Amino acid sequence: MSDQKPTHKLGEHPDWAPPSITIGAVGWVRANMLSSPLNIFLTLLCGYLIYLSVPPVVQWAFLDADWFGTNRDDCSREGACWIYIGFWFKQIMYGRYPDTEVWRINFAYALLVVAAIPLFVPSFRWKGWLSVFLLIGYPIIAFYLFVGGSFGMEHVETPLWGGLFLTLVISVLGIVASLPIGIVLALGRRSDMPVVKAICIGFIEFWRGIPLITVLFMSSVMFPLFLPEGMHFDKLIRALIGVMLFSAAYMAEVVRGGLQAIPKGQTEAAEALGLSYWKTMNLVIMPQALKLVIPGIVNTFIGLFKDTTLVLIIGLFDLLGMIQLVGTNPDWLGFHIEGYVFAAFVFWCFCFSMSRYSQHLEKKLHTGH
Amino acid sequence: MAQGVSNSNRPAKPPIWNDPVYRALFFQFLVLGGVIALGAYLISNTLDNLARQGIASGFGFLDTTAGFSILMSLIDYSEENTYGRAFFVGLFNTLLVAGIGIFFATIFGFLVGVARLSSNWLLAKMATVYIETLRNIPLLLQIFFWYFGVLRNLPAPRDSAMVMESFFLNNRGLYSPRPVFEDGFALISWAFVAAIVIIIFMAKWAHKRQEKTGQQFHTVYASIGIIIGLPSIAAVIAGFPMSWNYPELTGFNFTGGIVVIPELVSLALALSLYTATFIAEIVRSGIMAVSHGQTEASYALGIKPGVTLRKVVIPQALRVIIPPLTSQYLNLTKNSSLAAAIAYPDLVLVFGGIVLNQTGQAIEVLSITMAVYLTISLLISAFMNWYNNKMALVER
Repeated sequence: MSDQKPTHKLGEHPDWAPPSITIGAVGWVRANMLSSPLNIFLTLLCGYLIYLSVPPVVQWAFLDADWFGTNRDDCSREGACWIYIGFWFKQIMYGRYPDTEVWRINFAYALLVVAAIPLFVPSFRWKGWLSVFLLIGYPIIAFYLFVGGSFGMEHVETPLWGGLFLTLVISVLGIVASLPIGIVLALGRRSDMPVVKAICIGFIEFWRGIPLITVLFMSSVMFPLFLPEGMHFDKLIRALIGVMLFSAAYMAEVVRGGLQAIPKGQTEAAEALGLSYWKTMNLVIMPQALKLVIPGIVNTFIGLFKDTTLVLIIGLFDLLGMIQLVGTNPDWLGFHIEGYVFAAFVFWCFCFSMSRYSQHLEKKLHTGH
Repeated sequence: MAQGVSNSNRPAKPPIWNDPVYRALFFQFLVLGGVIALGAYLISNTLDNLARQGIASGFGFLDTTAGFSILMSLIDYSEENTYGRAFFVGLFNTLLVAGIGIFFATIFGFLVGVARLSSNWLLAKMATVYIETLRNIPLLLQIFFWYFGVLRNLPAPRDSAMVMESFFLNNRGLYSPRPVFEDGFALISWAFVAAIVIIIFMAKWAHKRQEKTGQQFHTVYASIGIIIGLPSIAAVIAGFPMSWNYPELTGFNFTGGIVVIPELVSLALALSLYTATFIAEIVRSGIMAVSHGQTEASYALGIKPGVTLRKVVIPQALRVIIPPLTSQYLNLTKNSSLAAAIAYPDLVLVFGGIVLNQTGQAIEVLSITMAVYLTISLLISAFMNWYNNKMALVER
């Protein structure tokens, strides 16, 4: 370089374009995949892993798969047999709910979607009333729709409920019912009264310390012993109570996190204004704290939604339970993997979209300090 | 009003129903009374029900002969043993699968967490895809996938896949040679123990010397040398007192060797892969929490990158990582109870399942099962608090 003659006068040097290997796609690949010997090795290793895993999966799930047909004999090719899923689709979605009554479930879904959409419209005004309807009015309507027995609808017993429908019922009801209990427990845990505090801590730590499966066992074998003679609860309701108490403990911890994030000055200011304890909580602390914990609530819901699969162990047929059940049908043996892949896909869609939503909320609510 | 103030400097005592102290007392009595009443109601119902069904309560059943066999057991167990011993079989199986799961989940989680922060785009994206896929699929579904979907579809014992004529993989499990210890093996074990003791003292001595003089000692290389060297010398002296018991195909199944049952493999695999996604995210957030200025300051002082990582970044990242990590360990231990769904004989299946069905002692059995998990969880959180206190920033 040094012996090269300067071709331009000082200050008149034109701007050269950067070397072509440092910009564009080539430059990007060099910087992000080939920057050092270790990086080159890692890139090759990853490439090899992708080569090993992706093509066989695509081959199995799409190229070699059977998509159309009505019975087992149509599944003649090497790959996946999606006819299996199509054949049992109704069972996987609704369990053994009577065919003629399935419209009730669909109607409830539709009502939920229609009622929930305005919540996501920022300019919608009556969000508060709509939330009250969704939390209190909607469950009542849905209960009458699902159970039936009134308004000329046929009664459908809970053992017939199943599939994705049951998964949604258990997880949504579990989370909605656990929120108020969780709030009370969280307030109790932060209370100045030692007895109340001790009881709340004991309750929360007990439920958080044991696995959900023992809670479900408890609800199915121990719970009937607790009830007075002649009183009998449905298996589903017993499981629901167990799930509810279990998730209330987790919810209490989430809410407590939100309460801790509110500066003490807020409480003191409210008290200085002469507000009572409940008014302080209702009007000042809770509105701020609950807003903060929405992402935490969504995360708890995701956890509960995944954990709902455990009810199959006590003989309720949720989505996974239905997949297991139809997998034992003698006409359709040997399609376990298709069933699991489909169930995994459904669960993944729900959980992934919810976790994205909660991340979005976290960003939106993080107003910066 | 003005007159009232001038009459006395102290505010009038509020009526008793408005006094916060009495209110709090009253409210607490109310709550306590409610809880006790509910408890008494439930207990009286339970006693009535037990009396009606003719179930004798108490823990005497633990000494009764169990009469069922268990697929896998770490301690000697047969059908003649008691329910109490079956409990320990289940407990040890739970601890085994939790231990294996924690070990692999930690290693894999750390690797994936670091990979997600890698400057290599492909690697980072692959780590992201892995995390986002597996943590959004229920654990039970993953256990079923590995068990019913993969491991049960392996070839029968006759057609097992084998490696070097000594490792066999089939739908009954993974068979590997078992070491048989002969006389004189104790010498090797003692040599191993001695090596560990020597290393501990050497590390202390090296640390002291470095504090005093600044001279460093290659503790790691020396330790590797001692831990391999001493037992090897002992083995040569004792004349290699060990042989292998190879698994052999007799009839329809293998005998001999060590067998790892498919239930254990699928459970441990699913638990570690699932928990590793959460650990990876914890590790990532921990590393990101250490500000870049720390690394730069360390480089500016002339400290080597490896030492910077060991002495500057990791100690600070661990402070963020350890508390959520312990709660993941706790989750993994609790999730190991899903074993019941694929019939791996853990505590819940053996005790909460079989023993409960045979004896009908629902309350005793479930209380013991829950007490075990509660104890584990309290122990882990006690450890976490101790560690937090130890690692907390000492501010001057």
